[in-house]
Amino acid sequence: MSPFTYERAEDATGAAKAAAATPGAKFLAGGTNLLDLMKLEIERPSHLIDVGRLPLAEIAETSDGGLRIGAVVSNTAAASDRRVRARYPVLAQALLSGASAQLRNKATVGGNLMQRTRCPYFYDPAKPCNKREPGAGCSALEGLNRSHAILGASEACIAVNPSDMAVALSALEAKVETVTPSGQARAFAIDDVHRLPGDTPEIETNLGAGELVTAVVLPPPPDWPQDYRKVRDRASYAGGLFSLARAGDRLALGAVALKPWRATLAEAARAAGASPAEAAEAELAGAKGRGGNDFKIVLAKRVVAAALEEGAGG
Amino acid sequence: MPDTPARGVTRAVFEITVNGEARRVDVDLRTTLLDLLREHLGLMGTKKGCDHGQCGACTVLANGLRINSCLSLAIMHEGDAVTTIEGVGLPPNLHPLQRAFLERDAFQCGYCTPGQICSALGMLGEVERGEPSQATEDLAAEDVVLTDAEIRERMSGNICRCSAYPQILEAIRDVAGSAA
Repeated sequence: MSPFTYERAEDATGAAKAAAATPGAKFLAGGTNLLDLMKLEIERPSHLIDVGRLPLAEIAETSDGGLRIGAVVSNTAAASDRRVRARYPVLAQALLSGASAQLRNKATVGGNLMQRTRCPYFYDPAKPCNKREPGAGCSALEGLNRSHAILGASEACIAVNPSDMAVALSALEAKVETVTPSGQARAFAIDDVHRLPGDTPEIETNLGAGELVTAVVLPPPPDWPQDYRKVRDRASYAGGLFSLARAGDRLALGAVALKPWRATLAEAARAAGASPAEAAEAELAGAKGRGGNDFKIVLAKRVVAAALEEGAGG
Repeated sequence: MPDTPARGVTRAVFEITVNGEARRVDVDLRTTLLDLLREHLGLMGTKKGCDHGQCGACTVLANGLRINSCLSLAIMHEGDAVTTIEGVGLPPNLHPLQRAFLERDAFQCGYCTPGQICSALGMLGEVERGEPSQATEDLAAEDVVLTDAEIRERMSGNICRCSAYPQILEAIRDVAGSAA
């Protein structure tokens, strides 16, 4: 691990200010992803700003009947909250399908949003990766790419976003609240937080330098049904090969792109009277496989269609 | 508020309570909680397996919650109360779960065992608090019914290379049954 200095933030704006003022600084909350990457020297922050003890650990009702989940609420606490379980089961299910209990106890909601891809080439400093080293090339294009993106990818990067939580948040149309180094509070639609790779896969979110996530805000619960389906190689403690979050009429797909993929084409097709299979076809029409992940296109269509079939009566 | 290390400093001196005893430590900031326990405090019961949060051998309880001590910096735990396997029980005063692991022969090489036991203790606390898992059929239910499927799902963060899983399940079930 490269050496770093450390401070414990006292307030959110101060943390953002310090991050913007200190070259090479990173926020640290649960640390479950960042420390892993620091051990591999894929992340080499010169300064850590520990935001884990900021007073952002509450889940509170909002005036319109939604919930505001503080950024340092643990994944366990968010999934265990009675209000989340009763009103947003898709979110509880998505959180509980991710990682292990030990990791969920430590990982935070804000950190879950900021976690980085698990692309094995990103994790292997001996291999070219445009995320780690812009311009170096993408090893996954011609490599073992079974887990990689089928939507919204580019010739520079075909990695996927590993978050289950973010997929549920996309279907729920959550907002992500932040504070900038100047103290300005901002809010992003969840679908505007993460970026597709394009030519700059090293830029992963639309947050500005030093901008700190302070909360995730859930709007009032949507109509039923809500559910989260995750397909993976083993039943527990494994990343998804494909996942689907459903919240009323809204669908979002996971493990298909570098961001949670809101399935607007499938939603529109359903609204226009298309069958579940036709809606699934519409969403995946633009999908592109790279060999190892071709199966994901078929898999995605089947899971989307099956979920819509089951919900057709309700 | 505890002392916060100053800018430019790459070491920290702070207090942490380990197995009920307040300890003052002076470490490089890069020291993980796992390395603090093993290399600075001499508590070798907690094991380093993968060192990347994938195997669970390093599981300890921090303020009662099970975590991977390899993926946490020691400084993040300033002021926390940490329990390792040595704090769970030492011969001859073993914890009922440690006795159950012996009685059920719930290990072969034993390397994952401290993590398995700390993880199971944390898990029983989660069940007592009604926290759900992926195996919980009714998320709205008040209480968790600790089925074998629940125990397996909740223990999936602890790998046993000797594959003593059936006996680990029995040992946990023995203690969970008597506690319920």
